[in-house]
Amino acid sequence: MSTGAWIVIIAVVVALGFGLYRAAVDGRFRGTHRLRAASPEPPATPVSESLLADTEWAGKLGERATLLQFSSAFCAPCRTTRHVLADVAARADGVTHIEVDAEHHLDLVRRLGILRTPTTLILDRTGREHTRASGAPRRNQVEAALSAL
Amino acid sequence: MSVVSTPSNVGVAAPSARAGIDPRGPQFVAALTAVTVAAALLLPPAAGVVLAAVQAALFAVGATRGVQHTPQAWLFRTLVRPRLAPPPELEDPAPPRFAQAVGLVFTVVAVIGFAAGATLVAQIALGLALVASVLNAVFRFCLGCEMYLLIKRLAPA
Repeated sequence: MSTGAWIVIIAVVVALGFGLYRAAVDGRFRGTHRLRAASPEPPATPVSESLLADTEWAGKLGERATLLQFSSAFCAPCRTTRHVLADVAARADGVTHIEVDAEHHLDLVRRLGILRTPTTLILDRTGREHTRASGAPRRNQVEAALSAL
Repeated sequence: MSVVSTPSNVGVAAPSARAGIDPRGPQFVAALTAVTVAAALLLPPAAGVVLAAVQAALFAVGATRGVQHTPQAWLFRTLVRPRLAPPPELEDPAPPRFAQAVGLVFTVVAVIGFAAGATLVAQIALGLALVASVLNAVFRFCLGCEMYLLIKRLAPA
């Protein structure tokens, strides 16, 4: 068999495998992500501080929880996620939806270890991360994660 | 309550205001792309380079004029879309357009590789384009779009 034929087979197998894997894990909330230290020195601030402290969204935390969504310009599922999260926030008391353009807030993106969009973090009332999901979450996944808060 | 339109994320919040496209359009185009790229890999290099060049030209049209203005998009509108139910939701054309630009890079590398006699380089570039187009055609997953944030992240702070 020719090299080209082998490459076709490998490419199709890789694409199908990766696509099925993504379809299985997308939108699943899976615990918190360890914070990346922005600098080598030990953190001077207490760990309990809000993830959004020192950002423009510091005062916008929900009374009960915040759905923090990272989006980017070239991201079709971000739009779906926006609808789902905005709707969940509208129906639940004390829950706020904040959407951040990842591209323009790379410091925050690096600090929180965001690798793809959409990534959704659920913050508790103090702004600490409760759980996160990458890929578009379904409504019931968001609601289940919120009720576990 | 929803806080989506702070000044810094207008770029994200704005797309809903733009004209949307049928998400199955880019998916159909990706399927055609996968067939063309696979054929370019299976045929001898003399034919492969022609197909890679044709695909590069199509990507160039999609990347510069928008995905709605490619010949494949016209095929979708005239042959496929009339037979489908209306889509539940329209999609922003910017992500698939960006993906066309990424595809253009891979196919141009392939054409140069074939022309320079570096057939393996050309075939690997086409293999990556095939992975991306199969992901798009089967799962509506946009690999180029996912790479966008990673590439941005790599830029120095």
